Amino acid sequence: MAMKGTSTLFDKLWSDHTVCDLENGEALLYLDRVFLHERTGAVALQSLHAAGYGVRDARHVFCTMDHIVDTFPGRGDKTLMPSGSDFILATRRETRAANVRLYDVDDADQGIVHVISPEQGLVLPGLTLVCPDSHTCTQGAIGALAWGIGSSEAEHAMATGTLRVRKPKNMRVMVNGTLRPGVTAKDLILHLIAKYGANGGAGCVVEFAGSAIQQLEVEARFTLCNMAVEFSAFTAVIAPDEKVEAYFEGKDFAPKGEHWRDAVDYWRTLRSDENAVFDIDLVVEAEQVEPAVTWGTSPEQAIGISACIPAAGDYAEAHRQEAATRALQYQGLESGNAITDIAVNAAFIGSCTNSRLSDLRAAAAVVKGRQIAPGVRGVVVPGSRRVKRAAEQEGLHRIFTDAGFEWRDSGCSMCFYAGGETFGEFQRVISTTNRNFEGRQGPNTRTHLASPETVAATAIAGSITSAEMLAKSESLSA
Amino acid sequence: MKPFISHTGVAAPLLQRNIDTDAIIPSREMKRVSKQGLGEGLFAGWRYTMPGSRELKPSFVLNKPEYEGASILLAGDNFGCGSSREHAVWALVEYGIRAVIASGFGAIFHTNCIRNGLLPVCLPEEDIRTLAQALSEDPQNRQVTIDLEQCLVRSGDLEWSFTLDEAARYMLLNGLDPIALTLQHRDLIDKYEQARRREHAWAYAPIENAVEGVLP
Repeated sequence: MAMKGTSTLFDKLWSDHTVCDLENGEALLYLDRVFLHERTGAVALQSLHAAGYGVRDARHVFCTMDHIVDTFPGRGDKTLMPSGSDFILATRRETRAANVRLYDVDDADQGIVHVISPEQGLVLPGLTLVCPDSHTCTQGAIGALAWGIGSSEAEHAMATGTLRVRKPKNMRVMVNGTLRPGVTAKDLILHLIAKYGANGGAGCVVEFAGSAIQQLEVEARFTLCNMAVEFSAFTAVIAPDEKVEAYFEGKDFAPKGEHWRDAVDYWRTLRSDENAVFDIDLVVEAEQVEPAVTWGTSPEQAIGISACIPAAGDYAEAHRQEAATRALQYQGLESGNAITDIAVNAAFIGSCTNSRLSDLRAAAAVVKGRQIAPGVRGVVVPGSRRVKRAAEQEGLHRIFTDAGFEWRDSGCSMCFYAGGETFGEFQRVISTTNRNFEGRQGPNTRTHLASPETVAATAIAGSITSAEMLAKSESLSA
Repeated sequence: MKPFISHTGVAAPLLQRNIDTDAIIPSREMKRVSKQGLGEGLFAGWRYTMPGSRELKPSFVLNKPEYEGASILLAGDNFGCGSSREHAVWALVEYGIRAVIASGFGAIFHTNCIRNGLLPVCLPEEDIRTLAQALSEDPQNRQVTIDLEQCLVRSGDLEWSFTLDEAARYMLLNGLDPIALTLQHRDLIDKYEQARRREHAWAYAPIENAVEGVLP
């Protein structure tokens, strides 16, 4: 165990949740919250009961319908995914039987797990939270230890209130300086993954720190931590600060009164000590980050908006050359062309990465008073019902629909293709999501990841562009 | 769970890096509320001629006659990155894969392997390429043996040792149910929980009070 004064934030979260060290190098970690969703929740609950186990404390378990539900207005239990309603009905049945709080299809607070959990104060700084979803790392942004697990681990978590975990290493990513105007947390995380590779954070809990991180609003921090798994990190954390305190104050499940004061006192201890020891230290200069877009089929295949599509020969290592050749072919791209020469068929704004109110505001600010380019399909999917209502109160939905975007109900939607809705084969999509894998958004669908601002600007221009470039080109042609 | 002690079989190479769990089993192939029936969705995007089709694509490695009955996969770094879907492991196991040799694994995938008796073996990338090269001429006869007791990978005159963390190795060798093992510590968990609730009542009071109001 680290000596006093040399602990990282992660060390503190880890030791505060250690029930005991097991004899074989693992620790038994106590879990404050478990979140399920309809993709895997019913299977986990069924399998748990079939093995003769029960849920240790159902009050600590929550479930949402986000992965499979349709996002068309007026949706019900039926889905475009052929067997989708089986998952919805089984999840409803199993959560009822287990007394687990379910955010059902028609619940006023339904939404994507990593949006609704912080939105309602279910996750809080200093807590542990697990969910059978790899993007659970999102929730580390407020100083919780939150990580994605498989179904078997979800069963273990529910049955025992704990998980057996081997302690990951400590990595710090120090982001110095200030992000340039128009450059977002999404661009920063794509820049980091491109620079250090899709396995750059393997085996580590990544703490994001430095002035550029402190300057990020809480919702932008979720975007940053969301893609820690695309960096192969175990999870990510950011020390909670006054912004995080303000974010949680008054939320439904945030502590109240004396409990609030106790919580804040504790939260203020949740930061890495001055002499904290990190196994790996990376430094990023924020000024060097520009709006980023992926060109390939791994999040590491990202470049700045002013760059050209690389050639396989641009890479030194054989495996990167092979990956580039394969990606260029899948994406139907030629190296050497500017990324801004690529025309798109569709633009998608949503997902646990970028579907919060601030994301929608940023996209709407670009879209306002403009029209989607002819032939481009635009879809906006709020991350939760609450986000949707708040956006509608501000009139954001009008801005989107007036420009030609579809305005949807909340859910994961077309972030991935589960057999239901898709943009179609060989369609090129600029997307605020987190994965550009082959087939992720549908068989042979071509995905380019970017920030909400860049996706909005691209939808208007019809080819990949940033908000700044869009404004410049319009003032030139005016 | 079936213990893993030692296994000998045909090893098929899929050497690119960053093979994600969407590639191992596309979401569209996860059709039923079940852990079963996933083997035929394994690598569906690569294995079949068209989405939704079951017509085998002859060029995909597992469809080649020389790799028929393959029970070991050789892969590049960061195998099983991406989505946490345990379906990827269930699909591999149902297909008949008993071990994956790669130079690195997605963290969630790695744990999912251990929980399902699938052995993840870590070897340096160049050793995996050497092994794949050696096998390529006659994979049916020149098979690979993975011995978890001795932590050795052997094929012909080639041999490498590997490491696997002690907890994972113990689970696999004995085919153990981790829930049963953990419940042996129930007293410690209860004691920890009581102390934590005293010290951090703020963390539980809001959800417990609210949820009691919601549920019948």
